[in-house]
Amino acid sequence: MFKIVNREEMAQGTIILNEIEAPRIARKAKPGQFVILQSNEKGERIPLTMADVDPDKGTITIIYMVVGKSTASFGKMAVGEEYFAVIGPLGKATHIEKRGKVVCVGGGTGIAVLHPITRGLKEAGNHVTTILGSRNKDLLILEDKMSKASDTLHICTDDGSKGHHGFVTDVLKDVLEKEDISLVVAIGPVPMMKFVSAITKEKGVETLVSLNPIMVDGTGMCGGCRVSVGGETKFACVDGPEFDGHKVDYDELSNRLRAYLDDEKKSVDDSEKNA
Amino acid sequence: MAGKDKKIKVPRATMPEQAPEVRRRNFMEVPLGLTDEMAMTEAARCLQCKKPACVEGCPVSVDIPGFIQKIADGDFSGAIERLWDKNALPAVCGRVCPQEIQCEGNCILGKKGSSVAIGYLERFAADKARELGTGALPKVAEKTGKKVAVIGSGPSGLTVAGDLVVKGHDVTIFEAFHQTGGVLVYGIPEFRLPKDIVAAEVATLEKLGVKIELNSVVGSTVTIDELFEEGFDAAYVGVGAGLPRFMNLPGENLIGVFSANEYLTRANLMKAYLFPEYDTPIARGKNVVVLGAGNVAMDAARTAMRLGADSVKVVYRRSREEMPARAEELHHAEQEGIEFVLLTNPTQFFGNDEGRLTGMECLKMELGEPDESGRRRPVAIEGSEYRIDCDLVVVSVGAKANPLLTNSTPDIDLNRWGNIVADPATGKTSKKAVWAGGDIATGMATVILAMGAGRDAANSIHDYLTIGW
Repeated sequence: MFKIVNREEMAQGTIILNEIEAPRIARKAKPGQFVILQSNEKGERIPLTMADVDPDKGTITIIYMVVGKSTASFGKMAVGEEYFAVIGPLGKATHIEKRGKVVCVGGGTGIAVLHPITRGLKEAGNHVTTILGSRNKDLLILEDKMSKASDTLHICTDDGSKGHHGFVTDVLKDVLEKEDISLVVAIGPVPMMKFVSAITKEKGVETLVSLNPIMVDGTGMCGGCRVSVGGETKFACVDGPEFDGHKVDYDELSNRLRAYLDDEKKSVDDSEKNA
Repeated sequence: MAGKDKKIKVPRATMPEQAPEVRRRNFMEVPLGLTDEMAMTEAARCLQCKKPACVEGCPVSVDIPGFIQKIADGDFSGAIERLWDKNALPAVCGRVCPQEIQCEGNCILGKKGSSVAIGYLERFAADKARELGTGALPKVAEKTGKKVAVIGSGPSGLTVAGDLVVKGHDVTIFEAFHQTGGVLVYGIPEFRLPKDIVAAEVATLEKLGVKIELNSVVGSTVTIDELFEEGFDAAYVGVGAGLPRFMNLPGENLIGVFSANEYLTRANLMKAYLFPEYDTPIARGKNVVVLGAGNVAMDAARTAMRLGADSVKVVYRRSREEMPARAEELHHAEQEGIEFVLLTNPTQFFGNDEGRLTGMECLKMELGEPDESGRRRPVAIEGSEYRIDCDLVVVSVGAKANPLLTNSTPDIDLNRWGNIVADPATGKTSKKAVWAGGDIATGMATVILAMGAGRDAANSIHDYLTIGW
């Protein structure tokens, strides 16, 4: 069960792709949904939104950045090795329909999550403008796939090594000025989603964001993933992971993502000491 | 009955326990179990009533005088066989059943002195069988060729699985987590119910032929209708009450405020108390407040103490009398230094600029007229607000039905709280060939009531598979 059938390294080895055998999940999964993975019995349960699904082959694809002990243990697994647990598909699927002109904004590994949604929006007959951001050109992922899934693609890098020198929000403002956009989908680091939402809110353009808070079970049982949306508490795992970007309390989300910062450091230190 | 007065005079066995000052800092089981001699002496106290009231008090009708007589005779494998006849999980029930309001509450000896320690004896027989590997498993009937899907591997699901596999059906349990046991593994802590005991009870079921599919969230990974398409003939839904209640107070999303579900799942299922050997972290509060006063609240409070808290307070809006936890749990908690702050209700939580909890505001309450539950309604005393400093709050005010499965089965009727409507006698739902029981049908209750519901449903499923709906 849950055997890795394909593994790729991206962004100079900092981002890893795993294609995993999970036939029951692959048969059901839709863009926007996530899985929870555990590499071994002692491992933590990590939620990741699926980057791709192949129902015929019975596989799902996840793309993650190696940031802590758990993702490091995922990253060390070779083709042929098995995840201890994969559950899903969890969360609500993205509501994909023809809206006209839409903009997809992605940053970091959020681009991986954005890809199936972008593809779906294009297939549904929308005109898709995509804006991708990264620190530099080497850290940018899935450029070719995103290009195929979009009518227009803009790249932004913080250091100017590729495309626009600056943030995705610069290009987004420009696009919103020139075109009549009916929907923006933004997936990436919390500050990116926050600033994109601030701009689109001002312009009154509906915006969807996909959140990735800390979770344990992913099925609504623990409430660890609670986020404030429009002043109401929602569980990202069952009410989301996508929400109205104009209503999310991003500052609270940022804080809550830091809940175990000290423990994560301790966990990494401990595993390095043992290794 | 001859010797009745003599038996009343023999004192009830006292369970040896880890000393409070030691156990409050470790996760090992608190009660240590009876010795052979203690168990046989205790078993000899049983009057062997012709019409045993204890059995009437048992939701799964265990032959209590029967297994106790076997212990008195020193036939420990005979004792476990009697238990297994009616109860697939005796090591669990001996530990977590509220015997004082069930079997022991009905014991005739209890009217004049103290009841037979039925729970201790059940635990003794089950532990003995596990240690020695004795006791013949129940005989499995000839295969019927009928397939039953049991959704959820908590106490009710395990009971259904055990009952139906013995009747010859082909049973598969679907469990959402990576481990079997439901609330027995994610909710009840190690110090009250060691996890290797649950694993052993599950292994017994597997030996009888029960299959288990882990990591299967029915409703998401697969639906009930798809299970029928795959060839299952009947389904039992025992998915528990999985959605935590919060109090909807300002500041409740601060870091440091957890649901009891999250706190206990991290500690128990994910073994966060062994962090960093296990990867899942858990907040280790110095000044901990638990909101609520049920068994789950006591579990959370005692876990916090074991994780190194300086102080643990249980804050409850009613008085001591109304605390819903078992007397034994309250007693154990108090022995371990947990403070009960009664007639007190939280109103808001305070945090620092990093969004971390620093304290909470409470109001003092007094008891007014009885409410619809018959308990006196707590009424706030105006102007009595005061602050409790704390860095960890566990909200333990109950759980409600998780809609994940029922959203995928619109033809299963729900009540207004989202619980599945199931016939109280049979567990039948509005959907053909689907039964439900345990917390998903009744709302939060006990392990043994869930097992009782499982027993009734298993009988009804068997009738369906052999006779018809």
